[in-house]
Amino acid sequence: MPVYYTNVIDEHLTTRNNAGLFDICHMGEFLIEGDDAFSFVQRLVTKDIGRLENGKAAYAAMCNENGGVVDDLLVYRFNRDRFMIVVNAANIEKDLKWALNKKSVFDDVIVIDKSNETAKLDIQGPKSEQILQGLTSIDLKSLKRFCFSKGTVNGISTIISRTGYTGEDGFELYFSSDKSVEQWNKLLEAGTNFGLKAVGLGARDTLRIEACYSLYGHELTEEINPIEAGIGFVVDFDKGDFIGKEELLRLKEGGLVNSIAAFEMTERAVPRKDYSVFKKGVVIGKVTSGTMSPLFKKGIGLALIKREHNSIGEEVEIEIRDKRYPARIVKRPFYKKFK
Amino acid sequence: MQELKYSKDHEWVKVEGDNAIVGITDFAQKQLTDIVFIELPEIGKRATASTPMAVVESVKSVSDVFAPVSGEIIDVNSKLQDNPEIINKDPYNTGWIAKIRMENKNELDDLMDSESYKKLTKSESH
Repeated sequence: MPVYYTNVIDEHLTTRNNAGLFDICHMGEFLIEGDDAFSFVQRLVTKDIGRLENGKAAYAAMCNENGGVVDDLLVYRFNRDRFMIVVNAANIEKDLKWALNKKSVFDDVIVIDKSNETAKLDIQGPKSEQILQGLTSIDLKSLKRFCFSKGTVNGISTIISRTGYTGEDGFELYFSSDKSVEQWNKLLEAGTNFGLKAVGLGARDTLRIEACYSLYGHELTEEINPIEAGIGFVVDFDKGDFIGKEELLRLKEGGLVNSIAAFEMTERAVPRKDYSVFKKGVVIGKVTSGTMSPLFKKGIGLALIKREHNSIGEEVEIEIRDKRYPARIVKRPFYKKFK
Repeated sequence: MQELKYSKDHEWVKVEGDNAIVGITDFAQKQLTDIVFIELPEIGKRATASTPMAVVESVKSVSDVFAPVSGEIIDVNSKLQDNPEIINKDPYNTGWIAKIRMENKNELDDLMDSESYKKLTKSESH
C-alpha cells in the first residue's frame, strides 16, 4: 500500500466527500473454531463477546497479564463455535504465537492463520453503499453498522462488513486473495462515476486521526493499558475472567497515571509522534499521533499525558524542533459521523 | 527570464546585485506534494551554504531547505506563513522563501546551471 496514489489531501477529502478504496490485504485474519471457541475468545479479549450475536463484529483488545495491549482487533462472530479475528499486519506473527499459547488450556479449539489466503479491501465514504449495492446481491440498506454478511461482490464470494477505520460509513470486504487484483480493478471501475479513488496509507492515517481511532505502535503498545490509551470502552469488567483482568481492575481502582488527550494546535504547526507536550515549562507527556488535518486545516493530534492535565480546554504547548507552539485539549473525536 | 542557478538539494537562486533570492524548485515541490507548513529562517541570522536554513512540511513529511549560499538573511517571504501552498502553486516567483546578502559570490560557482539541474532531476526521477 503506497503512502499516496495522487496526494494525501486529495485522497482524504475524496473519502469524506465521495468514497475511497483502500488495499488492506496486509492485515491478518485468524479463524478460531471448535466447541471451546467461544470460551477461548472470551478469555483472550477484554470485551464481553457474550453480547455479540451471530453476524456481528466488535472492536476489542487483547491484553497481557500486565494489562498491556498485545493488539487491538476486530472480533467477528459467525456462531458460537466459529469466529474470525482481524489483527494488525505488524502483529500477525506475535498474535498467532500468543493465541496458540493461550489456547492450550482449552480442549476443543483450533486457531488457523488465514492471512495469506485472505484479501481485504476497504471502501469508505458517503457514496460507498451506492457504489457497492450495484455489485452485490446483499441488501446493504439492512446491513447495519458492525454487522456482516456473506455474499458476492463482483461475483466473488465475499464477507461484507459494515465497519471501517475512517469515521465514515463504509464496508470492509474479505475474500480469497487470488481474486485481489480482479476485485480491486472491478471496484475502482464501478466507482469511477461516483468519484471513487484509490487511497493510500497517508490518508488512511489522517482520516483515522480525525476520527480519533487508535493505531497500534502509537496509542497502543504492550506498555500501555487500554484504559489509559483511551479505549477503556472495550474493557468489560462485568464478564468472567480474561487475560489482564486482575491487573486492569487494580489499575482502574487507583493505579492510572496517564491518559490519551485529543488536542488541536492554536497556531499553525504540525504535531507529530514523539514530540513533547509541555504545561508551564514542564513535560507532561508525548504526542502519540499528529498531523495537519486536511479537513479542518489545522494541526491535530493525540497525546499521552498525565491524567490531571487531561481536561477539555486545557492549554498546553507542543515542542516542535526546539520551539514550543500553543495547543489546546479538545473533546474527542475531531470528526464524528455516527451518533 | 533571468538565468537561475540550482543546488543539488533542489533549491534555486536568483541573483539580484549582492543578494540571492532563494526558493525550492518545481521538482522539489512535486516531490513534497501539498506543503502545509513552513518554518522560515529568522531575519538577521547567518545562513551557511549547504546547511539547513528552513523546514517545509507536507502532511506526511518534514524536509530541510538548505541555504545554497552563505550570508545574512535580510528578508523572508512571510506570506508563506499562512499560505505555504503558494510554494506548490508558484515555486519560482511568489513562492520565494528567503533573501540572502551573499558574503562570497564565488559560492555561486558551486551551483548548477539549468541544463545540469535538468540532468540531475532526470536521474532522480523514478
